[in-house]
Amino acid sequence: MAIISVRDLVVEYEGRRILDGLNLEIEQGETMVLLGGSGSGKSTLLRHIIGLERPKSGRVHVKGIDITHCSSPELKAVRRSIGVAFQSAALFNSLSVEDNVALALREHTKLAPSIIDLMVWMKLALVGLGEFGKLYPQELSGGMKKRAAVARALALSPEILVLDEPSAGLDPIVAAELDELILLLKEAFQMTVVVVTHELPSAFRIADRIAMLYKGTFSSIGTKDEIKASENPRVRQFLDRIPGDMAKASEISVYFEKYLESPEAN
Amino acid sequence: MATVLEDVGKRTLTELDYVGSLNIQWWATVRAIAKSLPFVGNRYRWQASVRQMLEIGVDALPMVSLMAICSGFILAMQGASELRRFGALHYVIELVAVGFTRELGPLLTAIAVSGRSGSAFAAEIGTMKVTEEIDSLRVMALEPVEFILAPKYLAALISVPCLSIASNVCGILAGGLFMFFSTHLAPMLYMHYVLTSIQLRDVVTGLIKSVAFATIIAHVGCLEGFRVSGGPDSVGRSTTSAVVKSTFLVIVGDAVFTAIFYLTVTP
Repeated sequence: MAIISVRDLVVEYEGRRILDGLNLEIEQGETMVLLGGSGSGKSTLLRHIIGLERPKSGRVHVKGIDITHCSSPELKAVRRSIGVAFQSAALFNSLSVEDNVALALREHTKLAPSIIDLMVWMKLALVGLGEFGKLYPQELSGGMKKRAAVARALALSPEILVLDEPSAGLDPIVAAELDELILLLKEAFQMTVVVVTHELPSAFRIADRIAMLYKGTFSSIGTKDEIKASENPRVRQFLDRIPGDMAKASEISVYFEKYLESPEAN
Repeated sequence: MATVLEDVGKRTLTELDYVGSLNIQWWATVRAIAKSLPFVGNRYRWQASVRQMLEIGVDALPMVSLMAICSGFILAMQGASELRRFGALHYVIELVAVGFTRELGPLLTAIAVSGRSGSAFAAEIGTMKVTEEIDSLRVMALEPVEFILAPKYLAALISVPCLSIASNVCGILAGGLFMFFSTHLAPMLYMHYVLTSIQLRDVVTGLIKSVAFATIIAHVGCLEGFRVSGGPDSVGRSTTSAVVKSTFLVIVGDAVFTAIFYLTVTP
């Protein structure tokens, strides 16, 4: 049985359809990469998978619980099994890095402070930040913030790890380090990992399967090799970096012809 | 005509929505506030409440004291200039003492706290919203109302009445200084007159008002923060809105409470 199941998901903002009847099954222990261009709806899908928003219609099941219609305590229970690292890291600026990581442990467990300190250090050491726990988020570099966010997401040893654009804005070396970290986490803890990205090298390095989003629908879902070999024009355009039709020359010329004919121009 | 009616209707619905949101938020906070209490609640939440008390109360004390001293002088001088003509200068003592305990102390404090802390609440929560920190709390199965709002509300409930008392004392002392320099009234005699002119109900009504003002400031500030959407510019707008709305509601609330106390207590 899939650990995450998205069925006929439709999302609209102010009448504009963002996700149009999506279906996706993510198996336990697999790394699913949601790939797509800017505005394709991948972050919106992610926000529905973690229950931050309610869809117009459709269902999202996480560990068998329909999080679009469940009660608040059920949703909280599901969320405790999901670790999320946001695109902006979203660390609490008023707390030190170690307090950021310790927060969930202090709130959701009855562990002794010394045990929590030890666990926090272990999580930070895992992402290579063992020495930096006393620092505040504003004192960290971009890559360190992302790693700290991953450490915080791992605090409760979740079954599902969700990462939103983990390598966005990072240099290739730091991005590659993060990829290796994701692979290490998956191997060490057998986690289900869901990653949103538009970075192709990263996607092909970490993914078991890739779901390619285009304008709110999946244009293709498959393994890395299937996606690489895909003949789907949208997939090919993305993989081969073919420019879109954002500014067609014909449209521009039509606009100027109309303008020149208008009384305003004369 | 139809357009005017539509606009009035829309505006009314918007305001009702705002008041409804404030009430829902207040109820959610009241339910969550037990977790911010010492001994029975979560100790991290109580520590957050104490930090907020220092920010709302202790940090505002110099400003509130100075405002109260200036206002005490102003009230005493304005009162004296009129009462002197009727040979009733001693009524200045009653004017300052009763005026501060019932009215000016809580009101001045509320205006100062609204400007300092109401805006800070909106800016802090608004920034947390923009930087996805609120979303982070929610995905960690933590309630933002319980985690952010309840400690702030508890701190305001304790700090604002304490500041009001400090404001009363400073205002009354300023009146005493004025009386000493203008009529050479001995400080001990002044304090005797002050204590005979103030009744317990004056102090109680002032404290009830300050609790109500604390509720208005904390909830308007936090609601404005939670309503932030978009980018950093909306944080600035929400901060301004928090100060304007909370100051306005404090004065409206003051008028309502004063009317209630006047109608129920005055024989």
